[in-house]
Amino acid sequence: MQCDAVDVAVVGAGPAGLAAAAAAAELGLSVALLDEQAHPGGQIYRDVTQAGVDRLQVLGDDYAAGRALVERFSQSTARHVGGAAVWNISRDRVIHYLKDGRSRSMTAGHVILCTGAMERPFPIPGWTLPGVMTAGAAQILLKSAGVAPSQPVVLAGCGPLLYLLAWQYLRAGVRIGAIVDTTRRGDCLRALPHLGGALAGWRDLRKGLGLIRSIRDAGIPHHRAATDLAVEGGEQATALRFRVGATSHRVQSDLILLHQGVVPNNQITASLRLAHRWDDQQLCWVPAADAWGRLELDGLLIAGDGRGIVGGSAAALQGQLAALAAAHDAGRLSEPERDRRAEPLRSALRRQLHIRPFLDVLYRPKIQHRVPADDVIACRCEEVTAGELRRSVALGCQGPSQGKAFTRCGMGPCQGRLCGLTATEVIAHERGVSPAEVGHYRVRPPIKPITLEELAAL
Amino acid sequence: MPTEPLFRPISAGAEPFIDVEFDGRRLAVPGQRSVAAALLVAGVSRFRSTPVSGAPRAPYCMMGVCFECLLEIDGVANTQACLVTIQPGMKIRSQEGARRAV
Repeated sequence: MQCDAVDVAVVGAGPAGLAAAAAAAELGLSVALLDEQAHPGGQIYRDVTQAGVDRLQVLGDDYAAGRALVERFSQSTARHVGGAAVWNISRDRVIHYLKDGRSRSMTAGHVILCTGAMERPFPIPGWTLPGVMTAGAAQILLKSAGVAPSQPVVLAGCGPLLYLLAWQYLRAGVRIGAIVDTTRRGDCLRALPHLGGALAGWRDLRKGLGLIRSIRDAGIPHHRAATDLAVEGGEQATALRFRVGATSHRVQSDLILLHQGVVPNNQITASLRLAHRWDDQQLCWVPAADAWGRLELDGLLIAGDGRGIVGGSAAALQGQLAALAAAHDAGRLSEPERDRRAEPLRSALRRQLHIRPFLDVLYRPKIQHRVPADDVIACRCEEVTAGELRRSVALGCQGPSQGKAFTRCGMGPCQGRLCGLTATEVIAHERGVSPAEVGHYRVRPPIKPITLEELAAL
Repeated sequence: MPTEPLFRPISAGAEPFIDVEFDGRRLAVPGQRSVAAALLVAGVSRFRSTPVSGAPRAPYCMMGVCFECLLEIDGVANTQACLVTIQPGMKIRSQEGARRAV
């Protein structure tokens, strides 16, 4: 068995991972950055070093800014291990990963998890049909493949990414059939008390308002306060149905892009059985970590959206803080020096986080699109409906892990990634208790598919 | 089988097309992309049917999370097509229903 040893292993090459790896390397530590993609950038800066002028032009300055992060990382001594699918991390920091059809191992003094975010599930009728994708998926296609919808597309849901994608599509000359917005006036009123914080982060606020204005100026049909979203179609999506007040609407399109925010991708922290708490503001699980990102196991740290949604710029700052903590804990940086370097990062982080409570309240996903009706599929892999989950509760099922035995919910190839939050919330509502009380799936390695041949070669 | 593509390149005449084999037939797809992206541009909008009910499925997340884009690629079943770069001559098969135990 071939086994590498490094001072710091970073998992995930998005903003948090790039910044953490570069900062740790600059402090003299040996660093390896493992990432599932071939090129650094994560999803937010996906293929940013590969994108040509036309793609950069369409995607905008905030995307292009990712090149500076990649540049700093590339100039450091940190090693990039691309195309690496981490399938297990042990509690004593041995990392197992697949690369080029072989499983390899690495031991690390410190592991900084920067696994980022994934789209929140959007369980509505018809959401499994071909032609229904997440807005994030469509944006990844734009960033990594330079492709966009060939026919008028429908964007539905809520959250900054929905408007950003619409803005990018307008720049690319893509026709948008409609934006179906689930945000209501009541959400704006509830968000108002947080406007002070948002104004302190005025750059983000101005950017968001600019996006919404350009959508309005382009004359795209923008349906607000939409409810009861449902996709129509047999073999392929054909239309999106929804209501606004008492009026039913139907917009025809073969491509429906859904989005209601992103949530931490915590498959690794869950597989390590680390403590997670339910965050009722962001409606997701977040691993317990201190201000440096240190998790409850020695030598394990976390940075970026994986520890609660903060956005790319804040993620990069958290990555640097985690690197400082790792360097100090490894005896390579004195405490006063660690704290001195951390101070400007912390104040920048505070500024970055000003707008977050405002966004969390304004774009809080609607309960009907999180805890769906009985006939809606919750688990896409095993095709388990919300109704089957509810019936299992009536039979005595207490939580998602037990729900697997009752219904097979969460036992398909995605290993509960896409139905985890739905299972937790459906069961919690049915039992009339908090999500914290029903818990989340027990996640077991391998967290990526590995063949027996690859396993046997270990 | 390929139909009207849901996605098209934003700039004309970018990368050259390459030939792959999809379900036993030759298919021209744009290169230098993931298998999932290349097939979507070539008009493949249905990647597989589910083992449970045989319902049609296609890529959903494009970032390795949802496992909806599973295909047989060069003889390896259940490969995440969004995580593999397309190569000339690749033999790709859609996955219909449950896998057969050999």
